[in-house]
Amino acid sequence: MLLAIFSDIHANRQAFAACLEAARARGAERLICLGDIVGYGADPEWSVDTVMAMVANGGLAVRGNHDNAVSTASESMNAEAQAAIEWTRGRLSAEQRRFLAELPMNVNDDDRLFVHAEASSPPRWRYVQTAVDAARSMIATDAQVTFCGHIHRPALYSMSTTAKMTSFTPTANMPIQLLRGRQWLAVVGSVGQPRDGDPAASFVTFDTRTRELTYCRVPYDVETAARRIRDNGLPPWLAQRLSMGR
Amino acid sequence: MPRSQLKPGAVIDGFTIGECLHSGGMATLWSVTRPDIDRPVLMKVPRVSEGEDPAAIVSFEMEQMILPKLSGPHVPACFATGDFATQAYVVIERIPGETLYTRLPELPLPYDETRVLVAKIATALADLHRQHVIHHDIKPSSIMFRASGEAVLIDYGLSCHKHLPDLLQEEFRLPYGTAPYMAPERMMGTRSDPRSDIFSLGVLLYFFTTGVRPFGETETLHGMRRRLWRDPYPPRQLKPDYPPWLQEIVLRCLEIEPVWRYPTASQLAFDLTHPDQVRLTARSEKVKRDPITTVWRRRFNRGLVQPETKSDVAVQLAASPIVAVAIDTSEGGEELNGALRVTAQRILATLPGARLACVNVLKLGRLTIDRTLDEEGNNKHIDRMVALKHWATPFKLDASRLTVHVLEAVDPAATILEFAEVNQVDHIIIGARRDSVLRSLLGSVSAKVAAEASCTVTVVRPPRLASREIEDEDDLGVQQGSPT
Repeated sequence: MLLAIFSDIHANRQAFAACLEAARARGAERLICLGDIVGYGADPEWSVDTVMAMVANGGLAVRGNHDNAVSTASESMNAEAQAAIEWTRGRLSAEQRRFLAELPMNVNDDDRLFVHAEASSPPRWRYVQTAVDAARSMIATDAQVTFCGHIHRPALYSMSTTAKMTSFTPTANMPIQLLRGRQWLAVVGSVGQPRDGDPAASFVTFDTRTRELTYCRVPYDVETAARRIRDNGLPPWLAQRLSMGR
Repeated sequence: MPRSQLKPGAVIDGFTIGECLHSGGMATLWSVTRPDIDRPVLMKVPRVSEGEDPAAIVSFEMEQMILPKLSGPHVPACFATGDFATQAYVVIERIPGETLYTRLPELPLPYDETRVLVAKIATALADLHRQHVIHHDIKPSSIMFRASGEAVLIDYGLSCHKHLPDLLQEEFRLPYGTAPYMAPERMMGTRSDPRSDIFSLGVLLYFFTTGVRPFGETETLHGMRRRLWRDPYPPRQLKPDYPPWLQEIVLRCLEIEPVWRYPTASQLAFDLTHPDQVRLTARSEKVKRDPITTVWRRRFNRGLVQPETKSDVAVQLAASPIVAVAIDTSEGGEELNGALRVTAQRILATLPGARLACVNVLKLGRLTIDRTLDEEGNNKHIDRMVALKHWATPFKLDASRLTVHVLEAVDPAATILEFAEVNQVDHIIIGARRDSVLRSLLGSVSAKVAAEASCTVTVVRPPRLASREIEDEDDLGVQQGSPT
């Protein structure tokens, strides 16, 4: 089965729609969302509805820190993120807010784990920035492959049976077979706010039969997404950064 | 992992196990068959029992990742992989014959035989580098030859692929590989430079032509590190009849700093294919190793040397193409040849590692017996060479970056295409005749080259004059002078 895995959509409708279309074109059979559906972008309602429909159709979704912040005032965030969350809260219906509040922190599926930040302590929202961070997460789970987001930069880590680590910055459209002899952690990058210098939206596909992981980059209508942020009175930097990919 | 079920007659994932072909330190090779595969294949199975070197497993994982991504005549075709959860294996094409290792008792081989042999290996290496893979274990036992003549590179356990995770990056504290063939930068932990393979091939070329390994057979870390400062004995010191062009090639491959080596394996293959065109430098004349003061400077000032910026196999190849310009030296072509020069200069200006091959086709008649002398008794071939060199003078290119070739042929387009194929040319620049009468008589050489070449082709025309008729327009729809 071909899974398409999206993370950090951040209410960017243009980017999410482009990724969904690309996933469909690649033959994705099951859609998975790794959280942070909202925050930063100007289309939270559409984004939440789309993920709700995904889950209703057999997909999976886990909770991100921005999703959590909608219902929890205590989540600490920078000023721009906080402003966006307060704006978002006013836009969402009770049902949409309940959906976000009830999302699980992580989901195990066969030998795979889906989690927003990392596995050692999901509610602490730690970033996986180095091989050491990745090792901490992998040691905390029996899953052979962990999929996470949160850092907005695609990366792939592995740990051998003798606990040797590898880290890798993936190339788009190059399938990588995740060998069974080691544990893997795939950071899938961000749909709605990439921060690796490439403004194109990022998601991955994973073929559960061949175990091939493919990082995908999808160009989308950045100008419209940025204009919607400005038109809705959200902090201007949130619009600017989209075209820079940072 | 469950106990191995490997024995003759057993069936694993549809493959019937045949005889055991080889049992080595890292892996066992079995002959296997599957009804839908019509050529000989073998199954390579790693040794993974208790107490085995974990490096053997990681190397095998690397092969499992890389082999399915490779294609072409210079690698064994890969049919299947099985992972460590059940039975780890790769099933690959069985190349008939022996590896180059079996020829070691015959060393040294004749110069010309080795030249042809190593040119084939360099061609295979260039093809591998184009597939984003650095082999990292080039040595006689990693090299085989197909019956059709192409070299095949086997054993990818130490290789790295630019677009796949490098599982060996943190696996070893010490440099890992085959000590006599290992490039100096590998001692410093560099695994991203394709020129490391060119060094290893230089070791092989030295060994096969002198019978001596340039850095001995040492396995100690200190012995291996010596090559960071100590250069090998020049082959001419060992064999006074050693051809200068060959010493030039060998010592260039064995340069300590990668930047002084051939930038690409294609360029090495090019020199080996055209020994008479190798530009001789001080390297070709050396009869002694570098003086001790030089060696000391290298050894003790190492800390002052800036580490090389990270190299990248694709970037390295892209910056060092072989560019071939087809030039018509006959009367009346000055305008076109000027336009060709302008285009070639623009291309070379951006590529410091590029080399330029100037090609002229001496057309032979189909039926007449051609004489190499013209009516005045001048040698046509030499005249053309002189004309080509004259055309290239304004480039002020270092002689090691420029070669001239006069090819004799009945069909000029086919000959240019063949030259490009044999010499792994990356870019052909060719002029298009404007004279429609001539073109209709002879057919358009440039059109055929542009249509059939396997590399980039730029078709060049002289600047258009305002009064020209539309009928003189090209038949390719290519804008004048613009790269295609």
